[in-house]
Amino acid sequence: MMATLSTDISDTRDGPWGQTKVLTALLVTALALILAKAIGILPEWLNRIPEAAIPPTAQVLDAIFNFIQNDLGLIYVTRFIAEGPLEFLLDTSANLLEGKRRWPYLGPIPWSAIAAVAAVVGYAVGGWRLAALGAGTFIWTAAIGQWKIAMQTMSVIVVAAPLAFLLGLVLGIAAWKYGWFERLLKPILSVLQTLPFFTYLLPAVIFFKVGPTAGAVATITFAIPPMILMTTLGLKKVSPEVIEAGQMSGCTRWQMLRHVYVPAARTEVLVGVNQVIMLCLAMVVLTAFIGMPGLGAKLLAMMGSFKLGRSFEIGVTIVLLAVTLDRMSKAWVLKQPVHFERGTPWWKRHQISLVALGLFFGFTLLAQVFPILAEIGRKQHLSQGKEIDVVIKSFLAIDAIKGTTEWLRWFLNVKVLIPFRNTLLAIPTPAFILLVVSFAYWVGGRKPGIYAAIFFTIVAFSGWWDRSVITLYTVISAVALATMIGIPLGVVAARSNRWSKSILLACDTAQTFPSFIYLIPAIMLFGVNDVAVVFSILIFAAVPLIRYTIIGLSNVPPEMTEAADMSGSTRRQKLMSVQFPLALPTMAVGFNQAIMFAFFMVIIAAFIGTQDLGQELQRTLAGTELGKNFVLGLNVSLMALTFDMAISSWAEKRKRALGLD
Amino acid sequence: MSASAPVISAKNVWKLFGPSPESYLKSLAAGRSFDEIRADGYIAGVKDVSIEVARGEMLVIMGLSGSGKSTLVRCFSRLHDITGGTIEVDGQDIMSLTERELIELRRNKMGMVFQSFGLLPHRTVLDNVAFPLEMRGQDRYDRRERALEVIKLVGLEGREEYFPRELSGGQQQRVGIARSLAIEPDIWFLDEPFSALDPLIRREMQDEFLRLQEMLGKTIVFITHDFDEALRLADRIAIMRNGAVEQCDTPDQIVMNPATEYVAKFTEDVDKARVVHAKGLAKPVNGHALEGAPINGGSTIHELARVLVNDKRILLPVANDKGVVTGVLERDTALNVLLGAE
Ligand SMILES: Nc1ncnc2c1ncn2[C@@H]1O[C@H](COP(=O)(O)OP(=O)(O)O)[C@@H](O)[C@H]1O
Ligand SMILES: [Mg+2]
Repeated sequence: MMATLSTDISDTRDGPWGQTKVLTALLVTALALILAKAIGILPEWLNRIPEAAIPPTAQVLDAIFNFIQNDLGLIYVTRFIAEGPLEFLLDTSANLLEGKRRWPYLGPIPWSAIAAVAAVVGYAVGGWRLAALGAGTFIWTAAIGQWKIAMQTMSVIVVAAPLAFLLGLVLGIAAWKYGWFERLLKPILSVLQTLPFFTYLLPAVIFFKVGPTAGAVATITFAIPPMILMTTLGLKKVSPEVIEAGQMSGCTRWQMLRHVYVPAARTEVLVGVNQVIMLCLAMVVLTAFIGMPGLGAKLLAMMGSFKLGRSFEIGVTIVLLAVTLDRMSKAWVLKQPVHFERGTPWWKRHQISLVALGLFFGFTLLAQVFPILAEIGRKQHLSQGKEIDVVIKSFLAIDAIKGTTEWLRWFLNVKVLIPFRNTLLAIPTPAFILLVVSFAYWVGGRKPGIYAAIFFTIVAFSGWWDRSVITLYTVISAVALATMIGIPLGVVAARSNRWSKSILLACDTAQTFPSFIYLIPAIMLFGVNDVAVVFSILIFAAVPLIRYTIIGLSNVPPEMTEAADMSGSTRRQKLMSVQFPLALPTMAVGFNQAIMFAFFMVIIAAFIGTQDLGQELQRTLAGTELGKNFVLGLNVSLMALTFDMAISSWAEKRKRALGLD
Repeated sequence: MSASAPVISAKNVWKLFGPSPESYLKSLAAGRSFDEIRADGYIAGVKDVSIEVARGEMLVIMGLSGSGKSTLVRCFSRLHDITGGTIEVDGQDIMSLTERELIELRRNKMGMVFQSFGLLPHRTVLDNVAFPLEMRGQDRYDRRERALEVIKLVGLEGREEYFPRELSGGQQQRVGIARSLAIEPDIWFLDEPFSALDPLIRREMQDEFLRLQEMLGKTIVFITHDFDEALRLADRIAIMRNGAVEQCDTPDQIVMNPATEYVAKFTEDVDKARVVHAKGLAKPVNGHALEGAPINGGSTIHELARVLVNDKRILLPVANDKGVVTGVLERDTALNVLLGAE
C-alpha cells in the first residue's frame, strides 16, 4: 500500500495535483473575466484587444513580400518558370486532352481512345472490375457532355501530379538523408498541411500569373507534404539486411539510393503517389476560385445559380474520376510483379501494352470515320440536368420533406447555432484564450497548453478575432453534431462484421471525394445559409469519425472482450468498460481528423456565405492583398494546430499507457 | 604473401555502441566488465577480440543471441567501423581504406549471406544474383552468364525469372547464397544463414553448403547460435559471450577441454563420441612401440566403436589419410569417451 502510494505521488509531480491547480487557476480567471463583463465592470481593453494595440502584421508582410518579389527579383524567377517550362507542359497536356491550340497541335485525343486505354490500364492493375470502372468513368463523362471541362481539369492534374511526386520524392530523400533538414521541414510541413488552400492560391497567382500555371503551382505545393512524409517513412523502414546486402554488393552511394533504397521503399512511395493524385484532384477543383476553368468552375457556377440537376451530374463526374484514380493507384500499390516463364516471346511479355497501344490507335482512327467517337456534341449528349432539377425540386417541395428541412433549419439556426455563436462572441478575448488553453492543457498536457496560449494570442493580435471565433464556432458546432451522429453509427456498425466492412468501404470511398462535393447535398437540402455550411462540414467530418470508431472498436484484442464476456458483463457494460476505453485512442485520431477536415471545409464553404475567415480569404483572392491573405490563413492554421497538438498528444499518451503501440 | 598468412587478422578489436564510443574507450580502465560498461551507457558489441582466420578455413562463430556475433562479422567487412584495435584483410588494414577502395574490396573479395536473406523484392532471382555484378559495371551478357552459372550451382535452375516472394524460405536463401558467390569472393561471410529455416530444410541446406565448400574451398566465417550446426561444419569454433570470445579452438578441443564453465555448459549435452576424432584424442608417438594395423585419424570415436571394443591392444596407432602414423590412441581413454564416463 505504502509503495503504491509513494510511486503514485512521485509519478504525478506535474500530473493531477499540479494539473488540477493550474487548471483551476486558469478556469477561475476565465470565469472572473466573464462575470466581470456580465455585470459591466470589465474595461473594454480586457474585452477585445484595442485596435491601437494590434500590430500592422499584414502591412509588414506586404512590405516583405514586395521586397522579395520586386527588389530581390524573385518574381522574375517564378514568372520565368511559369512562362517557360511549366506553361509549356500545361499547354502540351491541354493540347492533347482538350485541343487547346498549342504545340504539338495533335489533340484533342478522341474520348473513346482514352476510355479504351483506361480500361486496359484498369485491367492490368486490377482485373475486369477496374477495367469496367475505368471505361465507365470516361464513357459517362463523354456521354453526359462534360468531356471538355473534365479534360481541362485532367490536363492540370497530369502535369501537377508527376511534378508534385518528383519534388516530394527529392525533398523526402533529402529529409531522410539529413537530420537537420528533416527537423527544419517538420514544423513547416505541419503548418502547410493545416494552411487553408486559399492561402496557397493568392501567392501562386501573384508569383505565377493568373491561369492554369497558378492553379498548378498551388496544387503542387498542396500535394507535396504527404509525398515527403511517405518517402521518408518508406526509406526509414527499409530492412537493415537489405541495406547491408547492397553495401556488400559494392554499391556506391548513388547506386544504393537508386537500386536499393528507393525500390525497397516502393510500397510507401506508391502510397504517396496515390495521395498526391487524390490531393491534386481535390485541389484542382478548388482552383475554380481563381477562375480556372474545369469541373470545379462549372460546379461553382451551377451551384451559384442553384441549378441542382447539373450540379449533381458534375458531382457524379468528379466522384467517378476520384474513385477511378484512387482505386487504380491503390491497385497499383498492391500489385506485385509476376514472372514470365523463360522463353516467353517478346510480344507476350508486353501483351498488355501492345493491346493498349492497338486500342488507342484503333479508336483514334475510328474516330476519324465516326465523329461521335471523337467528340460528343451539344445536341448529342445525354445530360438530364433540367429533368433532374425538376425531380429534386419537386422532391424537396413535398410537404413532409419541406417541413422537415425547414423545421431543422429553423431549429438549428435559432435554437442552437445563433445562441452558441453569440455566446462565444460575448466571451472576452483573454477569457476565451484561457478556456482554450485549459482545454489543451487538460487534454494534452503542458506542451500543447503552452502552444495553445502562444497560438491563440497570435490570433488575438492578428486583428481578425471575431471572424476567427466565428470560424471556430462553425467548426465546433459541426464537429459536435458529427460526433453525435458518427460515433453511435460507428458503434452500431462495429457490432457486425459485415456491416463494419461495408461501412468502412463507404467511408474510404467518401474520403476520396474532393471536399467540394460535400457542398452539393448541403445546398440541395438547406439552400444557401449557415445551416448548409454546418451541414456540409458535418458530413465531411463525420466520415473519419465513423471510420475510426469502427476501426478502434474492431481492433480491441479478442482476449479482452472474451474476458469481459466470461465475467458476465452485459453488452452495454462490455462496451462501456472494455471496448470504449481501449478504442478511445484510435477514436481520438478520428476526432482529430474530423476537426482538421472541418477547418479545411469551413473555409471552402465560406462561399455559401458566412462571416468568418474563409469569406475574407476568398475576398482577398480577387485582389493582391498578400499580407492579409497570409494572416488570415495563418489564423486558421494556428487554431487547427492547437487542437491537433492537444488531441494527438492525448491519443499518444493514452496508447502508450494502454500498451497499444 | 605466404600461403600461411592469415586472411583475416583481428587484434584487440572493440566495437562500442553509445554516444561517444571513441573517447569512452580511451578512458576505459582495463578489465572493466560488460555489465559495468553497460552501466556507463555503452554496449560492448565486440569486446577486445583477437582472432585470425586462415586461408581455406571455416571458422564458425557461435554464441547466444545478442552475444556480438553479427557485430564482429560486420567489423570484418567494415559494415561497422570499429572503435578500437586493428583488422587486416590480406594484410591490408581495412580501417585505412578509402570509400572507393572499400567498395572495390567488397566488389571483388567478399560475399555475405544474411539471416533473413536481404533480397531485393523488386528484382527477379536472376537480377538479384546478378546485382553485385551489375554494381561493378559488368556488361549484361557477362553477368547473365555468370548469374545463370551460380544459380545452377545452388540448384535453382528454372526459377531464374521468379520473384523472391514466389519462393520458399530455403529457395530464397539459395538465392542469397548464389548472390554472394556471384563475384567469386575469396572470403565468404554467412550470418546465421539457416536460422530462419525449418529444421528439416536446415539440415538439407547444411549438406548442400558442405558440398559447395568442398567444391569451392573458400575462406569462411560462419555464424550460428546452434551448437550442433557449429560442430557439424566447423574447422574451428569461436564461442562468444557478451562481445568477447570465450574460446576459439577445434570442435574436438572444445568438447574435450572446454576453457570456461560457460563453454562447458554448451558441451554438456553433446554426445562427445560423435564429435571427437581419433586424431583429436591421440597423443604424440614419442617412442611408444606400436604394432598392428593403424586406425584412421579422421574417424570419430563413435565410428570406431566396433574396433575399440573388439581390439585387445592397449595402444592403437593413428594414421592420417595418407596412411602415415601420426599418433597413438589409448584404447581406455577412447572407450571412456565412447561410454560417456570421462
Ligand atoms: N547498431 C547498434 N546500436 C546499438 N546497439 C547495437 C547495434 N547493433 C548491435 N547492438 C547491440 O550489440 C549487441 C550484439 O548484437 P549482435 O552482434 O547483433 O548479436 P548476435 O548477432 O550475436 O545476436 C546486442 O546487445 C545489440 O543490442
Ligand atoms: Mg545476429
